[in-house]
Amino acid sequence: MRPANVLQLGVKELRGLARDPMLLILIAYAFTLSIYTASRAMPETLSRAAIAIVDEDRSPVSGRIALAFYPPYFAIPRLISAQEMDSRMDAGLDTFALDIPPNFQRDLLAGRSPAIQLNVDATRMTQAFTGAGYVQSIVTSEVAEFLSRYRSGAAVPVELTLRARFNPELNKSWFGAINNVISSITMLSIVLTGAALIREREHGTIDHLLVMPVTPVEIMLSKIWSMALVVLLASAFSILVVVKGVLAVPIEGSVGLFLFGAALQLFATTCMGIFLATIAGSMPQFGLLLMLVLLPLQVLSGGVTPRESMPEVIQTIMLAAPNTHFVILAQAVLFRGAGLSVVWPQLVALVGIGAALFLFSLRRFRRFLR
Amino acid sequence: MARQPDRDAGAVSGPPGGEVEPSPIARLREVGLSYGKARALDAVTLDIPRGRMVGLIGPDGVGKSSLLSLVAGAHAIQSGQVEVLGGDMASAAHRAATCPRIAYMPQGLGKNLYPTLSVFENVDFFGRLFGQGRAERERRIAELLRSTGLAAFADRPAGKLSGGMKQKLGLCCALIHDPDLLILDEPTTGVDPLSRRQFWELIDRIRGGRDGMSVIVATAYMEEAARFDWLVAMDSGRVLATGAPAELLARTGTATLDAAFIALLPEERRRGHEPLVIPPRPVADGEDAAIEAEHLSMRFGDFTAVDDVSFRIGRGEIFGFLGSNGCGKTTTMKMLTGLLAASEGKARLFGREVDATDMEVRRRVGYMSQAFSLYSELTVRQNLDLHARLFGMPAAGIPARIGEMAARFDLGGVMDSLPEALPLGIRQRLSLAVAMIHSPELLILDEPTSGVDPMARDAFWRILSDLSRKDSVTIFVSTHFMNEAELCDRISLMHAGKVLVSDTPAAIVRSRSAPTLEEAFIAYLEAAGGSQEEAPTAPPVQAAAEAKQNAGLARFFSPRRMFAYARREALELQRDPIRAALALLGSVLLMFVVGYGINLDVENLSFAVLDRDDTTVSRDYALQISGSRYFTEKAPIADYADLDRRMRNGELSLAIEIPPGFGRDVARGRNVEIGAWIDGAMPSRAETVRGYVQGMHAAWLTQKARELYGEAATLGAFQLQVRYRYNPDIQSLVAMVPAVIPLLLMMIPAMLAVLSVVREKELGSIVNFYATPVTRLEFLLGKQLPYVLLAMLNFLMLTAFAVLVFRVPMTGSFLALSAAALLYVISSTGMGLLISTFMNSQIAAIFGTALITLIPAVQYSGMIDPVSSLEGAGAVIGRIYPATYFVTISRGTFSKALGFTELAGDFVPLLLAIPVLLGLAAVLLRKQAH
Repeated sequence: MRPANVLQLGVKELRGLARDPMLLILIAYAFTLSIYTASRAMPETLSRAAIAIVDEDRSPVSGRIALAFYPPYFAIPRLISAQEMDSRMDAGLDTFALDIPPNFQRDLLAGRSPAIQLNVDATRMTQAFTGAGYVQSIVTSEVAEFLSRYRSGAAVPVELTLRARFNPELNKSWFGAINNVISSITMLSIVLTGAALIREREHGTIDHLLVMPVTPVEIMLSKIWSMALVVLLASAFSILVVVKGVLAVPIEGSVGLFLFGAALQLFATTCMGIFLATIAGSMPQFGLLLMLVLLPLQVLSGGVTPRESMPEVIQTIMLAAPNTHFVILAQAVLFRGAGLSVVWPQLVALVGIGAALFLFSLRRFRRFLR
Repeated sequence: MARQPDRDAGAVSGPPGGEVEPSPIARLREVGLSYGKARALDAVTLDIPRGRMVGLIGPDGVGKSSLLSLVAGAHAIQSGQVEVLGGDMASAAHRAATCPRIAYMPQGLGKNLYPTLSVFENVDFFGRLFGQGRAERERRIAELLRSTGLAAFADRPAGKLSGGMKQKLGLCCALIHDPDLLILDEPTTGVDPLSRRQFWELIDRIRGGRDGMSVIVATAYMEEAARFDWLVAMDSGRVLATGAPAELLARTGTATLDAAFIALLPEERRRGHEPLVIPPRPVADGEDAAIEAEHLSMRFGDFTAVDDVSFRIGRGEIFGFLGSNGCGKTTTMKMLTGLLAASEGKARLFGREVDATDMEVRRRVGYMSQAFSLYSELTVRQNLDLHARLFGMPAAGIPARIGEMAARFDLGGVMDSLPEALPLGIRQRLSLAVAMIHSPELLILDEPTSGVDPMARDAFWRILSDLSRKDSVTIFVSTHFMNEAELCDRISLMHAGKVLVSDTPAAIVRSRSAPTLEEAFIAYLEAAGGSQEEAPTAPPVQAAAEAKQNAGLARFFSPRRMFAYARREALELQRDPIRAALALLGSVLLMFVVGYGINLDVENLSFAVLDRDDTTVSRDYALQISGSRYFTEKAPIADYADLDRRMRNGELSLAIEIPPGFGRDVARGRNVEIGAWIDGAMPSRAETVRGYVQGMHAAWLTQKARELYGEAATLGAFQLQVRYRYNPDIQSLVAMVPAVIPLLLMMIPAMLAVLSVVREKELGSIVNFYATPVTRLEFLLGKQLPYVLLAMLNFLMLTAFAVLVFRVPMTGSFLALSAAALLYVISSTGMGLLISTFMNSQIAAIFGTALITLIPAVQYSGMIDPVSSLEGAGAVIGRIYPATYFVTISRGTFSKALGFTELAGDFVPLLLAIPVLLGLAAVLLRKQAH
């Protein structure tokens, strides 16, 4: 293998890319606007949750409770009748419906421990859990405050001070922005290498390379470095300008270390792109394969939902995917300010997966060229 | 309106050469056309006579194809005026009216055919496009196939036909609707001489049967042009001369059209041209061979591409290789260069057995491939430089060598231009210079001059002659041109994988006692069993009586034409079972993965305690947390540094700090504070942790209060009963599966639909849409229909899986869900069609579709976060994105026991999306090339 050939062929790839304006526009979009929009759209965990209140008591305490729900966590509650409750929940208009029974205040003061019913639309999993907790604590504190005027507490004076580290306000958009950068990195690197390879074959230009003293390793490496470089530059821009600059996400750790991890991730995903191209017979098949690979990579890598809560089997299988390690690395470096001493296992894993994918796809690539 | 007088004029005109001079079939005035900066046509003014066989002659890239596509109405007019069949081609109404009377066969072997469809199906598709009924179609197809000799191959896929047969099939497709004007763009390029002859005989027979038909043909073969009625010689986007072949010869005082063409060129182009003579080869050789092939065979499965080929080429010899496309020439060349390992036999280069890994041999060989395969994004100098470096030449010597090549191949003036801007002849010289940059001893040239004008071709051969005679470079060249073959020292005729004869051109001509090499070649081909096709058995009988019954074709919407496209698309899908299987099984697999993988019920969170009190009370507090199923306790935290380190590396999701004196203070009723740190890097997880911790803290307090103050402590409290509706067990699967179905039914159908259109654009068959009466809506709906059906099948599979395998109960109306699914997949395929109108390359299409479907469907459609809580642009996208409404309907019917009446509000946006998407796609889709 001669490094000069790899360099020369890679430069050729870059010039080719520069001549596809539509693709350049899409790359720019994926790393700027798409990330910005996704991040801005991302709600706080509980954001403007739709809540309705059926107030059958109409007492001071029930009025107090109704007033305690306000943005940003909850939308201003709608006061509805008991009959409306079901149909509104069916239509998905309300995620929560709080039903305060008649004579609630009277029973409360009489110590009869009355019950308030909270209906939760459990098909909206994200809001269902956290929202129910919020509603509970809001109602409890309102009732407690109301009661405190009547009798002083026989409560245990232990206070729980909760602090979220690394992202004190639990601002979901920070995480969303980074997660989208990772998705774009994966998607783009697979498409650029894989589809470009199929195009070369469909147009017959790959034959030309094969009569020259150029080996398959050189062809493959040239595609890998050139496309990885494009994506790496785009993601560096995205992290520094869009995420850190425009979206003002505070980045704790070293961007350099993150980009180093991204480079390793790109090594793995570009190899994956070549691998997919060698098994897809045509561009439409490649398009479908891409979807089959991208979706699990995006959804199961721990970027959308926490890894811990996935079934054991899936956690184990996903250890073979580069994204899993890259997501862990990105979170540790960018949010927790972790250094090399912390993320080295992820780096090692990425190198290992990348090397395995490289060797595997090189074998397939050699056969593909026959 | 304008058609009736036309037809009369055509009928009156009679056979070619009749005394009444009819109005021209096409009239061009000051027509100009540019592709970017390149000027393809430059103020062309021309009247093309009716009822004749008209030839456009000239090398590639002079504007012949552009002119033909303008006349056919396939390309939009940029400037000037084009009148065809008595009307202005700039008017869409006139194009729609004349379209059924014009047949257009674009350049490129079988470019407008569908390779996976059979011969019959290809012709049948065109018949349907022109609105013919079943009986009429079958009769016409039978007739056409019989007359072209393709009848025996009716079931063979078009992709597996030889070049000649493909062209005949293309002709069948063009003739299915009895056109008045037949436009053929280089129909015989890349076809062997026998097939070429048969092709022209076929055209003659058809014209014999249909007097009024006008034919316009572009060709690069001058010998073919000699048989046409009237010629247009073109060069650099301009018309050089027009007239009958004899007139042109007389005007220029030359004997052949090749010579006549050169004489017609402007003075500065032909300066320095003199007849080409290659000096005889010195006889002192025979001792060492550059190439030796012994019994080479190549089989792909049961198909034998090259069958027992042997030859020996001496050093410094010019060896010609003749044969049609697909006869095995390229495969043989690949085996010689080691690109392909031969199934049997041996190949030796310079006495060494060919070995694909032997880089040394590659350095001694220069290769110039058929198509221009240099990099159009690099300048001439950069191309030379890149190849010099790839061949490992010492960097210091490269500039000098480039200079040398520039001088030798006369490239000095264009060193910094991009190849695209150069005329073909210069590009071929550049290709040769690139192939020669490393001073190889052997040159392998695969059809180096196809499409090059005669002058440039002579110049090219002069260089080859020099290389062979002066530098002893061995040249192995394949060609279609007989006059080039005559220049070679020896030639091989190859056909269907076999070498028919190998000898000097003169000896081959003698051996068959033929007048010309071409005749000799044809004689060999006939002896070898012809060109596979059976001989035509019947003359074409064109039934003129009912020919024009399709005049009443629906102008705006014909279900028949729509179904023609739908049927073809479905056939292609059927021939590519991998694609359908990927779409169906892949989606089930994805549902499986996502359904099981996304679990919003957070468990097994790691936590540890920094216990500075270490009393029973503090241990009791920690136990409260570790005893729950949500948390797993890790080793206790030693100090703050330990806490910091373990949170930073993500080991702990939660850290609890219990202050010193905690137990004592609780007992005394003093205020104490417990600290809890949550890892906020992943906000949704942190949020859940926060909820859990608060809940457990409250429970602990109540318990403690009861211990300390007795039952009185609970007095005054109330209960909050939480009812989780629709999904009482709070299973992620029940929540996720109904939302995954919309996601999958968005991504996959959109991807299939977008590629079905963009692929036609990239591979060229889109021209059938440009040149036939299909309207935009028919095209779009026809393309969409099979994918809607496939997606509905997909929907049924996914639903069955959800209910039977995932056990997600279907509580509402299945009918409502199915109806919504149908509307939804029409939208998602419609979205694919809309995207396809913007995209020209499949790469951009795949990327764009992934971007436009995956992100909004996952993030903005309520799958994870409800749309009502989105903000900004995401919220806007969420409200207009069809997936949002289908997610609501899917969850409603699966989990909430709803039906049509309750969900009516969500059907409305789905219903609206269809006309909007299809309408936009129809408006943006272009009916002509631009």
